Amino acid sequence: MTSSSGEWRKRTQSAPLFEKGLETKRPSHWEEAWIQTPLSLRERVGVRVKNKDYRMNYAYFPGCSLESTAKEFHNSTTLVASALGIELAEIPDWNCCGATSAHNLDHELSISLPARNLGIAERMGMDVIAPCAACYNRMRSAEVELKVNRALRDDINSKLEKKFTGAITVKSALEVFTQPEVLAAVSEHIRKPLTGLKPACYYGCLLVRPPKVMGFDDAEDPKSLDEAMKTVGAEPIDWYFKIECCGASFGISKSEIVAKLVGDIISNAKAHGANCIVTACPLCMTNLEMRQAAASKLRGEDLSMPIFFFTELLGLALEAPGIKKCFASHLIDVNPALDLIGKEPVADGAAV
Amino acid sequence: MNSDSKVTTSPLSSMSTPTDPDFKQQIQAICGENVMSCYQCGECTAGCPAAFSMDIAPNQVLRLAQAGFKDDVLTSSAIWLCAGCETCATRCPRGVALSKVMDACRQISVAEGKVAKDQRNVLKMHEEMLRQIQTFGRVHEISMIAAFKMRTGRFFDDVFAGIQMFLKGKLGLIPSVIKGRKEVKELFDKQ
Repeated sequence: MTSSSGEWRKRTQSAPLFEKGLETKRPSHWEEAWIQTPLSLRERVGVRVKNKDYRMNYAYFPGCSLESTAKEFHNSTTLVASALGIELAEIPDWNCCGATSAHNLDHELSISLPARNLGIAERMGMDVIAPCAACYNRMRSAEVELKVNRALRDDINSKLEKKFTGAITVKSALEVFTQPEVLAAVSEHIRKPLTGLKPACYYGCLLVRPPKVMGFDDAEDPKSLDEAMKTVGAEPIDWYFKIECCGASFGISKSEIVAKLVGDIISNAKAHGANCIVTACPLCMTNLEMRQAAASKLRGEDLSMPIFFFTELLGLALEAPGIKKCFASHLIDVNPALDLIGKEPVADGAAV
Repeated sequence: MNSDSKVTTSPLSSMSTPTDPDFKQQIQAICGENVMSCYQCGECTAGCPAAFSMDIAPNQVLRLAQAGFKDDVLTSSAIWLCAGCETCATRCPRGVALSKVMDACRQISVAEGKVAKDQRNVLKMHEEMLRQIQTFGRVHEISMIAAFKMRTGRFFDDVFAGIQMFLKGKLGLIPSVIKGRKEVKELFDKQ
């Protein structure tokens, strides 16, 4: 193991920037450990997908939100990942990415804080998966800047114990779970199709913008989340606010702005016939849930709407064990939407 | 004309003189964006979700920066009401990342002590957040919000929502503290 990690370091230091295809050469001790785990134990962890034609392992960066206000996102992400046989290993001793505050007040700090996590993940030899859209945006921005700006990279690395050389990349949970081979595995293993659910797929701002940096999906009309929802049998609606901003960090300091934006978003989703909103961002989730009442008052219409993380719905369709516990920690009752699942044939009068 | 009323309410017309012709270079030194590329098409303002709340429109921020009206930009509420959603940067036909210009203006505004009075809450929240990271390595919501409330005096905002979140187990009492705090603190230190 020691010799292989030495070799790995040599390789990463000479690796050209932006080189792809490193996945095949990764050290595979995480994978080996998993393979050595008895099958019965793996079953108990909830692996649904056997004989998958992909091997994926990621360094998992939960971020502060997933530890607290969005713990259901953390739970559902890990449950879905283990159901799909995607191995996640949490980045040990990770620190906060700096969020909006760092890049508002100190540009270098907004690069150096994620750089520490990237350094640790690079030592693990795995690409990073960051489910939180804000963490993903910050870490991806830092990654791209560090790969391009050598002077800054050397400067920041001099302060870090584990250096980032540019051998790994950062992906969002949405990006990982909507890869074609993963979606194929999902559609093969659906146990409970989510028919009757009409989600408004809400990407928010940070997942796809700025396109030069994120390089994932379309910046103006992203479709990956819609694809995922179609795969599990839901009917995503077509609406106008899929990439609008929810106000993000103004949730605390300028709640009146957030109430207005949330009102616009939910009202448009309702007008297009959505019966729930699906998101991939903990900030969107908190704002959409917390400001629903204020937004209803502001617009003078009923804007109650269940909000889901997309991983919760994937988990529900796969019947990942324990997924239903995630719904208990929502501020807005999600049962009105859950009750709709599979109800459509009854409305036709075909079933009893 | 209708647009006249817009102009008279904006500080653009009540302007005295440009205060610093080198303002654009100062911005470029921080964020690398050349504000002179902007040809005032207004696409940034059209797409901006927060423009309704700003005193000067996003494209006006760029125009003022071009002409060196430094004080007017630095004391505006607009630079603090930008949510950083990057819509402007994505759509700009001239490739100006206005979101980065806004970041630079905020940093200059803090450094020169020109933050608009009614926008100090935004700054205080960001400062508390960074202090959390500096102390714990991560953000601990309860102590961050408590510190924010202490500094702003807005004790009773969202108390109900806070209690609800706490009851749902979404706010932990004990901060999660990382081992590499020293390393993180070093990142905060500027030589």
